[in-house]
Amino acid sequence: MNNVGQLTSVKWDEEGKTFELHLTGKIKQQLSADPTLRPEYLSSLGLTKFTQRATEVALGKRSQAILENRVLGVHTPGFTAAMRLGAELLRHWYDVNAAWCGPVYLSSPCDDSLAGIFQAAGIQDIREYYYWDDKQRDICLDKLLEDLETAPEQSVVVLAASAHCPTGADLSQNQWAVITQLILRRRLFPFLMLPAQALCYGDLERDAWPVQLCASNGIELLCAQSFSHCFGLYGEAVGHLLCVLKHNSLLLSVQSQADKIVKSLWSQPSVGGARVVATVLSNPAHLVEWQGEVKHIVERCMLIREVLRERLRLLGTPGCWDHLTQQRGLYCCMGLNGQQVEFLSKWRHVYLLPSGCLNVSAINGRNLSYVAESIHLALTTSL
Amino acid sequence: MSIFCKVPQAAPVAVFKLTQDFTKDQFPTKVNLGVGAYRTDEGQTWVLPVVKRAEKIIVSDDRLNHEYLPILGLPEFRSSVSRIALGDDSPAIQENRVGAVQCLGGTGALRIGAEFLRCFYNGNNNTKTPIYVSAPTWENHGAVFTSAGFQDIRPYKYWDAQTRGLDFVGFLSDLESCPERSIFVLHACAHNPTGTDPTQDQWKQIAQVMMRRKLFVFFDFAYQGFASGNLENDAWALRYFVSRGFELFCAQSFSKNFGLYNERVGNLTIVSRDTDNLKRVLSQMEMIVRTTWSNPPSQGARVVALTLTSPELFSEWKDNVKTMADRILLMRSQLKAKLQALGTPGTWDHITEQIGMFSFTGLNPKQVEYLVKEKHIYLMSSGRINMCGLTTKNIDYVAESIHEAVTVVQ
Repeated sequence: MNNVGQLTSVKWDEEGKTFELHLTGKIKQQLSADPTLRPEYLSSLGLTKFTQRATEVALGKRSQAILENRVLGVHTPGFTAAMRLGAELLRHWYDVNAAWCGPVYLSSPCDDSLAGIFQAAGIQDIREYYYWDDKQRDICLDKLLEDLETAPEQSVVVLAASAHCPTGADLSQNQWAVITQLILRRRLFPFLMLPAQALCYGDLERDAWPVQLCASNGIELLCAQSFSHCFGLYGEAVGHLLCVLKHNSLLLSVQSQADKIVKSLWSQPSVGGARVVATVLSNPAHLVEWQGEVKHIVERCMLIREVLRERLRLLGTPGCWDHLTQQRGLYCCMGLNGQQVEFLSKWRHVYLLPSGCLNVSAINGRNLSYVAESIHLALTTSL
Repeated sequence: MSIFCKVPQAAPVAVFKLTQDFTKDQFPTKVNLGVGAYRTDEGQTWVLPVVKRAEKIIVSDDRLNHEYLPILGLPEFRSSVSRIALGDDSPAIQENRVGAVQCLGGTGALRIGAEFLRCFYNGNNNTKTPIYVSAPTWENHGAVFTSAGFQDIRPYKYWDAQTRGLDFVGFLSDLESCPERSIFVLHACAHNPTGTDPTQDQWKQIAQVMMRRKLFVFFDFAYQGFASGNLENDAWALRYFVSRGFELFCAQSFSKNFGLYNERVGNLTIVSRDTDNLKRVLSQMEMIVRTTWSNPPSQGARVVALTLTSPELFSEWKDNVKTMADRILLMRSQLKAKLQALGTPGTWDHITEQIGMFSFTGLNPKQVEYLVKEKHIYLMSSGRINMCGLTTKNIDYVAESIHEAVTVVQ
């Protein structure tokens, strides 16, 4: 029986195969035949064309920060690598000021590798802020604000700009407005995440608008991006770390430190996937074609959400399932507890994340009934 | 106030600054002997023909899935590259006590190995275990181990400037006097930057002392095939140590011997006493990788795996590698011959006795400065040159310039 594939966190198509973009395949063919591409070491900061595009799709082409030359972009081998580099940079900078070694605040729940990444960088003080409320099947802003209100100044707060993993619940524009005010007032440092940029609205810049909001408020920030999902480049590790500084006089020092850190981690990033992304984003015709394919992916996810919600309603599954269609992106929290999750894997061979969340794109025409029934059973069987 | 306002500017890395200066130089016959990648006789980078073929096959293969690679990497890659290092008939492989972690280049392999050792070797989280690196060594070795948390990086005697060769006595004495269980970074072949490797006999003696004193062997193996032109010869030292029963790490890089510099193709080969230990080690390696890059990039690994496992491609690859190695050997013998013909003071045998991409010419910093400033020939202040920067077109100019530098500057 199909695994409801959250473990791999890749997108699946109707046949249960990983989603490939035709455009990506085409560009790869083109690039492989391009005689001007030379086998040379890149700089540690990566492919310039890629970092320029990645920076633009996070901040917007006309961003004040870009115009004032106070943005650092580092091409990294994937999203985790971008988070790791950001964590290392934070620790080094604060080391310089001697007093800081955390805390770093992560949402509850969050991707289970995040804490480990900060710890590997030498930051031990990891705390949680309230995020997902099981009963409301939504973010509880009040409790979130309460937790951040008590965070010490200079705390780092890791926030999902979009496509929160694992819940799929994202902050609204109003909620972001309130949070940015808190960040300013309490002098907190936001580390924003875009692990699946473009998969919420089919638009790179739109998914990144919280980054733009923070930047336009003059907030210094880090932002980790991944282009693996929206370009179907899973195996290619296409990541980016964005750093928006307050003054451009700091750019060179921060850049030199990033360079130093990268040299002792992976030396330089791999070029393959970044070339594809840079090629597409630099070419208006490719961009239009790509936009079409991504929209299709996003629409399919929305459709699955709707169909799953409807099926659960027909089965009379207890609970409220509105959030399935109110939220967007790949992930969705089913509100199942540990026992129910175990039940699903053991007796139904349906695998969810321990937090009870799943990847909606792993559901397709052939397994939808089975999955819906399984969830229904998990919630109605007395365990 | 920015939180970064106290961040100091880090010093630029010498070898990249050298290339920058070279690029800015307008002198028509400038030469870059600090270049980091292989160059053809036309001074061009070279995409190995076998790599082009392999890439074509891969890009047109519809059956390849595009999922994330497993955390430890592409299975075919891991097994084939450990095999190429240790040999098809390696008893260690047959006994299932060899493991591998696909990494981001040689640097990534060193880093993952270093992190593991810091966590689990010689006690838990023992950051005080001394790390010994050769004097001199690749300039990034120290930084990688320091960043992994080790506090005590020490040099072991290696290069003898007087004899322009290996200070074997000094090397052995450092092996004898260091704290037990120290970690030693050994260059498996084509020592960077000196190009000077121990002889087989010397390796045997080194192994004996290291076994007796319980020292940890961490090989840096970035030039297999590239040094002598022969894969087996270049792997001799590594295979000898394995045959003596060592448990060891070996960081492999395929940047040079496949010309895959920017695809970041590396591997950490782990040789353990038995399968059970290996399993537990790999499980911890997975945890370390998970918080570093999580999943390695697939492109380069696919090229290497396909090449190593297809007889035709493998044969073509060996030819391509030999082509590169042979060109370097030719430049070595020509440079030495020209210097001798010019009657340049000093002995130049070391140029052909040394092996691999690099040569420690023995030029002092003042002579190097002369070459850079007066002759627009760029090399490291250590006197290290990259033989790949030499071509049949510039070798006369370089030989004459070295002659000048040595006679004019003392």
